[in-house]
Amino acid sequence: MKFLRDTWLVYSRAMKLNIKQPVWLIVMLVQPLYFLVFFAPLLNSFDEVPGGAMPGFENGAMETFVPGLIIMMALFGSTFVGFGLIAELRQGVIERMRVTPVSRVALLIGRTLSTVTTTIVQALILIVLASPIGGLTIYWPGVFLMLGIIVLTSFMLGALSYGVALVLKSEDSLAPTLNTLVQPVMLLSGIMLPMAMAPSWLQNVADFNPFYYAVQAARELFAGNLDSDFVWQAAAILGVLAVLLVAWASRKFARAVA
Amino acid sequence: MLIETKGLKKTFKSRGKEVEAVRGVDLAVKEGEIFGLLGPNGAGKTTTMRMLSTLIEPSEGRAVVCGSDLASDPAAVRRDIGYVGQEGGTWGEVTARDELIMQGRLYGASKRASAARAETVLESFQLTEFADRNVKTYSGGQKRRLDIALGVMHEPKLLFLDEPTTGLDPQSRAHMWDEVRALRERGTAVFLTTHYLDEADALCDRIAIIDHGEIVAEGTPLSLKKEVSGDVVAVGVGGGADEAKNLLAAKDFVNEIEAGEADPATGVAVLRLYVEDGSAAMPELLRSLDGAGIAAASIELHRPSLDDVFLKQTGRSLREEA
Repeated sequence: MKFLRDTWLVYSRAMKLNIKQPVWLIVMLVQPLYFLVFFAPLLNSFDEVPGGAMPGFENGAMETFVPGLIIMMALFGSTFVGFGLIAELRQGVIERMRVTPVSRVALLIGRTLSTVTTTIVQALILIVLASPIGGLTIYWPGVFLMLGIIVLTSFMLGALSYGVALVLKSEDSLAPTLNTLVQPVMLLSGIMLPMAMAPSWLQNVADFNPFYYAVQAARELFAGNLDSDFVWQAAAILGVLAVLLVAWASRKFARAVA
Repeated sequence: MLIETKGLKKTFKSRGKEVEAVRGVDLAVKEGEIFGLLGPNGAGKTTTMRMLSTLIEPSEGRAVVCGSDLASDPAAVRRDIGYVGQEGGTWGEVTARDELIMQGRLYGASKRASAARAETVLESFQLTEFADRNVKTYSGGQKRRLDIALGVMHEPKLLFLDEPTTGLDPQSRAHMWDEVRALRERGTAVFLTTHYLDEADALCDRIAIIDHGEIVAEGTPLSLKKEVSGDVVAVGVGGGADEAKNLLAAKDFVNEIEAGEADPATGVAVLRLYVEDGSAAMPELLRSLDGAGIAAASIELHRPSLDDVFLKQTGRSLREEA
């Protein structure tokens, strides 16, 4: 009970700060919108090449691209939340809260849940905008299940980012560390172009990337294939990773020495 | 006792080497007092405070804080203490009122109770006027007042203040001293760290001097200074210096007396008398000089400073360090 209340308090404080700075919601939407306007049209003919569609584009070009774009937004939006934490560490905010009886795990989970909330709002805005801009066909039941994948993705990456921020304690080392981590993960997940187009060695490497499953699952759900293997695989892989990363980051929170 | 520690130690591992930041501290802090931990930078002040406020675990030793054991029940300690770190702990994008209410709720108060308490606290720290403005618009002094207001939202028995006046201008510093004294009036004990001699001397009821992770002296500022040496009274006499010296040397409250050379221009010679209690000795020795028909041209009382205490205990001056 106390843990839930603590989590709620930390979450509502973080959300209040988010709402006071709505500009970030927009800033994080700008990048995927650029992709939607300046990159997606290049793919538009991929589902109508002679002989059917390019490999991976069987469900339609936009219906393949937009789910990937949403995972990418969740990826970037969540991976860099650690920056805000470093500023809070420097100002002594984390230290002040660690002296109160508030649960240390709640300090992490509450913040991470606010990241998840922001990501969900961004994803919904993007989907709604993609419909008129890119001519996307929306299958709502699939979209809602896909939000589950987004929640797990955002949750585990938020926890990871906070944990790494607590270890490094400096923006200067956090940025390159996270970039080095996220760039290959993004490229190997088939966000831009489906991995079905990849040579087999690249395909094999991608099999070890949890976000490859996230992107594939998002696409299958978007297309209405709710019983695809990718869906339960993504849920299981991301679920296990989320639990592990939250446990790890919570330990860091309990021991954080500013 | 609000704090009692026994052999408190903290060892940090840094690049494979062990660094002893605090090497066995024994302290006792009483209810309702302002207790100061005085020492140069790197002496172990902050580490000691962070251990006592549950932020880091001691490597060795025991401590009881507000009746709860630090190692076995840190949650109980947290309920009874407040803590204000060097950085303060406020965030620029929130208002004082919001953050105070949140702080109260983190301690388990209901939203309503916390809002009412915030109102009282804003009032007593003269923040009501700025309560609904973002903290980033505050002056240094206003921000520091908010830091302390956050620390006392839950009416702790004991408040930890880590270097409360570092970086403040002299006026804000004086205000801060008043705030700390006001806390004591309301029954909150204060444990503060400082590297300012005058702060320890003027503000604290009792102090402990820490150097290289060890307590080198503990007591009231007055008793510590008395231990080093008594007071020195310097009397200037225009004539009859030798006669005055013999007369005063015979008094039993004078431990030692030195006569300086007479100033060639004014003819005044200065006698330095080492006494236990200078303020009691002065009228007595003026009467004696008067009785012997010797006129005193000047009289001055020198009391030893805490720096003399530090110098005696460590062989170094705290002023050089800070």
